[in-house]
Amino acid sequence: MAKKDNNFKKTDTGNSSSLMLKFAGFREMGIFVFLIILVIVISIRSPVFLTFENIYDIGLDTAILAIIAVGEMMVIITRGIDISVGTGLGLSGMVVALILAENWWIPPWLAILMGIAVGAILGSFNGLLIVKGKIPPIIATLGTMSVFRGITFIINFQVAGGQWVSAHNLSDSFKAFARSTFLKIPNLILIAIIIYIIFYYFLNHTVTGRQIYAVGSSPESAKVIGINIDKITFLPYLFTGMLFGMGGVLWVSRYTAAQTDSGTGFEFTVITAVVVGGVAIAGGSGSIFGILLGSIIIGVINNAVHLIRVSPFWKLAIYGFIILLAVIVDKAISRRINKALLERRKI
Amino acid sequence: MAENILELKNISKQFPGVLALDGVDFDLKEGEVHALVGENGAGKSTLVKIITGIYKSTEGNIIYKGKEIEWANPLESVMEGIAAIYQEPTIFPDLNVAENIFMGHHKFNKYTRKIRWKELYDKTRELMKNLNPNIKPKDRIIGLSLAERQLVEIAKALSMEAKIIIMDEPTSALSISESEELFSIIENLKQDGKAILFISHRLEDVFVVADRVTVFRDGKLIGTKDIKDVTNESLIEMMVGRKVKDLFPKIDVKQGKEVLRIENLSKKGNFKNVSFSLHEGEILGFYGLVGAGRTEVAKAIFGMDLADSGKIFIRGKEKKIRNPDQAIEMGLAYVPENRDEEGIILDTDITTNISLPILESVSNFGWLDKNAEIKTANKYSEMLEVKASGLDQKVMNLSGGNKQKVSLAKWLASKSKILLFDEPTKGIDVGAKAAVHKFISELASKGFAILMISSELPEIMGMSDNILVMHEGLVTNYFKKGEATREKILQSAISDKK
Repeated sequence: MAKKDNNFKKTDTGNSSSLMLKFAGFREMGIFVFLIILVIVISIRSPVFLTFENIYDIGLDTAILAIIAVGEMMVIITRGIDISVGTGLGLSGMVVALILAENWWIPPWLAILMGIAVGAILGSFNGLLIVKGKIPPIIATLGTMSVFRGITFIINFQVAGGQWVSAHNLSDSFKAFARSTFLKIPNLILIAIIIYIIFYYFLNHTVTGRQIYAVGSSPESAKVIGINIDKITFLPYLFTGMLFGMGGVLWVSRYTAAQTDSGTGFEFTVITAVVVGGVAIAGGSGSIFGILLGSIIIGVINNAVHLIRVSPFWKLAIYGFIILLAVIVDKAISRRINKALLERRKI
Repeated sequence: MAENILELKNISKQFPGVLALDGVDFDLKEGEVHALVGENGAGKSTLVKIITGIYKSTEGNIIYKGKEIEWANPLESVMEGIAAIYQEPTIFPDLNVAENIFMGHHKFNKYTRKIRWKELYDKTRELMKNLNPNIKPKDRIIGLSLAERQLVEIAKALSMEAKIIIMDEPTSALSISESEELFSIIENLKQDGKAILFISHRLEDVFVVADRVTVFRDGKLIGTKDIKDVTNESLIEMMVGRKVKDLFPKIDVKQGKEVLRIENLSKKGNFKNVSFSLHEGEILGFYGLVGAGRTEVAKAIFGMDLADSGKIFIRGKEKKIRNPDQAIEMGLAYVPENRDEEGIILDTDITTNISLPILESVSNFGWLDKNAEIKTANKYSEMLEVKASGLDQKVMNLSGGNKQKVSLAKWLASKSKILLFDEPTKGIDVGAKAAVHKFISELASKGFAILMISSELPEIMGMSDNILVMHEGLVTNYFKKGEATREKILQSAISDKK
């Protein structure tokens, strides 16, 4: 092959541009650095922060968030959003808790499977509204967000006369589940690790997983090469449902209660973790590592505001500030990359 | 001589109101590069879309590999070995090179469903070896230039064992050295027996790569020639040779004072050192190929996407325009190309659209005077002969031509004196075109200064006083009244040689 001008590839970009081009693949690095800085700052302010017990606590508190963030990330990669995860978690937890209260014989693992099943139904409902009903994801899940909460109230009222399910209604084995350990790792964290391994494999090494990225990256191109867009759009909502269903049951075990307002506002925590984890809200990109870091950052901040005794009023503002910071950085980087690409044209 | 791999017989395509293709007979041979040339709207793209199954022809037969076929969907043609590479590559920017090539036909283990990455990467490396070994299988597309993305698309076509590769304006965004790279790759593909359909506005490229060339004009196939039998001039003649009837009711107007002067306007990656001046009563035609940078210049003047450097003088005074609001204040108006997105508000009525830029003048102390608003709207929509059931009809229900009229009427009602029209007659039928032309001409005669961007040569020739031509971000020529010929204009638009 005649190669007259081999260096037409990456030559005429200046230093800053080529740096930007490299940065395209390194987004998690920035998040990781952000986490390290956060940890250093907090541990200077509060020596307790880096103790084993505290880190253990952060792990327990972050696990459920991290599990649901996996589903939310897949949804956002396909250019959607699911804001029903908080109330979906509450509903799944309530349904399973009400059953458990009458059936102490049910082992924790079966309870979790029941949660996944309930969540799968709720998630499919979201997915069908979006794929078959052609409703924009934010509207569809805005609707189901209220529907799920409403059903939680109705079921709780019908079955238990409006009484919340509290610790004395639940079996000891179930209450102990979240805190008990296997090989010295708390079950809650163990489950999160298993979920992350499964979805790491799914998203990075299976055809369906890669198609999720493809559809989010360019739906038109995906259509042209014959990807089943409806199926690929539906799946993330189903998975999210299964994950918040599981999360709901774990939540009941962890806090030994099912309340009609469990999980209120949790959707924002989940979305924050995902966005902070570097998942582009415009779809197409995002990684399991990123959202793990994102979830940990949220867990650390939650923990730190207690340790450093930040007023709870400030907590919300800090959340908001961090989500904005993450999005601003995200936008700035992608704009820079685009500009660097455009400047290669010698005009 | 090589076999015909594709034959089109008597293909016609009727769109509502337009006959996009009219009885086209066309053939493509194995191992040849066949160029398609013609003006915008001549029917090249429609032909490609029929070959790839995006459109179905209204009449005629397609014979591929000796068999008559009818594509049920675009995917079928891809699977059968027809790959199209569009001007803007349709790929997945967030994924890496190997995945882009194999998306849709990934290789994976049947039991674990794990993608065979090693096989994918090895094959990609092999495919890229002949195209550009600098592109690594794991590079993400987002970090590749347009030229490199095109190579990825070519690799994708090769991975699917494409027999026909269609390239739609592949060189329009490439630098000269990048284009040369592409040509040597095309030569290699040809040697391998692939049939290549090469669509380009750049005639010089056609002469470099093509074996045969087919000229389209107004939906008709004008002729297919061996490249050695044609010259630059004869091709251009075939492309533009049409009658210009009453489409262009240009009124001769004496030009007045200079109202707008642009000096060395530049924006990195878009355009460079653009200078011109515009006078009262003048229609300055602004010609160039799609992507030459004309819209960007207009938007920079109007304060939508600011230029990096350069000066803008309005009525002799230098002005800084930072946003459209300031531009409107100084008497500028911009009628955009993307009419439905930037030009009008689709789901409101005609009155609301027309009065939008002049709300202050039809209101008292902040209260809208409905009667004054309707009166104004009525005046201008009558002037433009907007055809609608009433002024309260929603703009989205109007035809393309009438939408354009509303989009124009809006600015008439405002006090703007300098009008920047971007493709004012794009996508509207001939009757409406004539009305828009008549109206633009009348505006000029009333002393408005008009910059008219158009990619249609007859429109530029028929409507303009003076003509500015741009190519790849640079102004390549300026023709005073009477100096321009079609050949000269096209020549300046397709190459940067003055």
